[in-house]
Amino acid sequence: MSTKTETGAANRRLGEDLLVATDLQKHFPIRRGLLQRQVGAVQAVDGLTFTVKRGETLSLVGESGCGKTTTGRLLTRLIEPTGGTITLDGRDITHLSSGAMRPLRRDIQMIFQDPYGSLNPRHTVGAIIGAPFRLQKVKTEHGVKRAVQDLLELVGLSPEHYNRYPHEFSGGQRQRIGIARTLALRPKVIVADEPVSALDVSIQAQVVNLMEDLQNEFDLTYVMIAHDLSVVRHVSDRVAVMYLGKIMEIADRTSLYERPMHPYTVALLSAVPIPDTSRRDNRERIRLTGDVPSPINPPSGCRFHTRCWKAQDLCKTTEPPLVELSAGHQAACHFPENTTKLTIDPTGAAGSAA
Amino acid sequence: MTAPPEVTGSAADADPEAALQGMPKKAIQGRSLGQIAWLRLKRDKVAIAGAIVIALLILVAIAALLLDRVFDVVHPNEFHQDLIDTQNGTLAPLGTFGGMSGAHPLGIEPVNGRDILARIFAGSWISLLIATLATVLSVIIGTTMGIIAGFFGGWVDTLISRLMDVFLAFPLLVFAMALVGVLPDTAFGLSPEMVRIGLLIFIIGFFNWPYIGRIVRGQTLSLREREFVDAARSLGARGPYILFRELLPNLVAPILVYATLLIPTNILFESALSFLGVGINAPTATWGGMLSDASRFYTMPHFMLWPGLAIFVTVLAFNLFGDGLRDALDPRAR
Repeated sequence: MSTKTETGAANRRLGEDLLVATDLQKHFPIRRGLLQRQVGAVQAVDGLTFTVKRGETLSLVGESGCGKTTTGRLLTRLIEPTGGTITLDGRDITHLSSGAMRPLRRDIQMIFQDPYGSLNPRHTVGAIIGAPFRLQKVKTEHGVKRAVQDLLELVGLSPEHYNRYPHEFSGGQRQRIGIARTLALRPKVIVADEPVSALDVSIQAQVVNLMEDLQNEFDLTYVMIAHDLSVVRHVSDRVAVMYLGKIMEIADRTSLYERPMHPYTVALLSAVPIPDTSRRDNRERIRLTGDVPSPINPPSGCRFHTRCWKAQDLCKTTEPPLVELSAGHQAACHFPENTTKLTIDPTGAAGSAA
Repeated sequence: MTAPPEVTGSAADADPEAALQGMPKKAIQGRSLGQIAWLRLKRDKVAIAGAIVIALLILVAIAALLLDRVFDVVHPNEFHQDLIDTQNGTLAPLGTFGGMSGAHPLGIEPVNGRDILARIFAGSWISLLIATLATVLSVIIGTTMGIIAGFFGGWVDTLISRLMDVFLAFPLLVFAMALVGVLPDTAFGLSPEMVRIGLLIFIIGFFNWPYIGRIVRGQTLSLREREFVDAARSLGARGPYILFRELLPNLVAPILVYATLLIPTNILFESALSFLGVGINAPTATWGGMLSDASRFYTMPHFMLWPGLAIFVTVLAFNLFGDGLRDALDPRAR
């Protein structure tokens, strides 16, 4: 694994805002009884504000059920937002009808989590990767078949796989097929929903590296949804940490991993395994007690106060706003952690990344 | 392939890649799930036996239709009063085993002496035609309703599901008897016989669709949550594309299996209606009607044997083939 050079990341940071979410909300109604009255709502995503700049990789991380996947589906408009706005390349797409959204779908595409579920078992690889061309009525210079075969080669598969079926491929190969389909329309933004979490560790690196190569080649912008902090550290320019439908902290990768400000981020980073046994003893492992509270009835004030070791009365009553505590580093906490000193050693690979 | 066959066989099952490496270059053409199912079905001897019997039955039925109705060489309604024992008043056929002879290999019926083989032969096409067309009708209605209910969900699903409950709870046999009594013998310029065949197809097909409908609805419900549907949607696919290009190809296998298993049920139902006298009208030979005729001679139960055997073999063949088909198409269901 090679980490990105700082200069490359710096160049990308100059890009303008491509995808902007403002106070994005998604509440899934809970209906009960004969009349299907709404008795509550699962507040899966509750007020997200972030920007994705052209050419960068923004990662959304957090525990299961924190609303990462819902956010991805909101951004690609697979589900309708309850509130807030989504702006893609300067255009408000929050409540566009499916017909009005259709041409814009060329610009924003999605890589799915499950390589076994995301490919129709009854279609050939050619039909799967050719579907974007047919659905969007894109004319290709040498025909759809040729375009599909070019895409297959691009993602490291053989053009001869054109007539074969998904069940004949391994998980990693299937994810490559999914990536080829995503690339067919040459999108500006790709939302990748845990693209490698279903894969073998040895295959994960291959797919992650493929995605990085493609990003450099086609100037792609990624919104990476993940829970593996090691993978996130490797691929991201910026990282947003989510907890119970809210962003707790959002910062540059280096800044977040080396100087985490939100106690939740600190706890998450302390759980990353360290390969080097001699360095393991120097680290304080923070164990969070209890479960993630229900998003149906989230805690008052700061959502993390039920599990936070620094929580005080203020945290139970007042919700901390997401504010910029240092350049490009936002956190939503009344009592942020080290803004200067380093209490934990985030990962074993810290030296090479900095 | 140079490796021993048993080794390559297990390797092909475990890992398609490993098996492919040993294959020559031309084998790159993929095997569809349908082709794989066919290979699996070919190994199932019982299912193949069922399929052969079904194929023979279809040939016999077509031949019967042609010979009886077009060329008129079967004579299923010809009386052989001279072979009936009128002296002792039993009205049983003369001779042993129900009057078996070279001219009448399966014997003749009591009372009027009609040839049993001719009647079984002539009755075959009616049973198969009604059962098959009724199944086609059930599949069309059931698939349409099931896919709509499963895909759209909400109140549409509730409405269709309750409708299916109503149909399943319907006293079909009573309804069929009442309907047959009320409707006119001729309509649309068709002969009474054709009207009756059409009516049976309608009754059996129209009231059996919820069985297919429920299966299709359930499959659609689980399929529409799969990520490939989201993938199509994120590419800008419309509802009809998702229904017909993404969902329907995945529904073909269960529909085919349940259609094959519905045919024998329909054969039995048609026989039951004919047995009760509300099926095909009297002179026309049907298997159910023959059973009904034979039941009047309960002292000579062997006349039930031949039509009963015909129904039994047909139903068994379809069921065995259907079971094999299900195993071949969905090996996980075992």
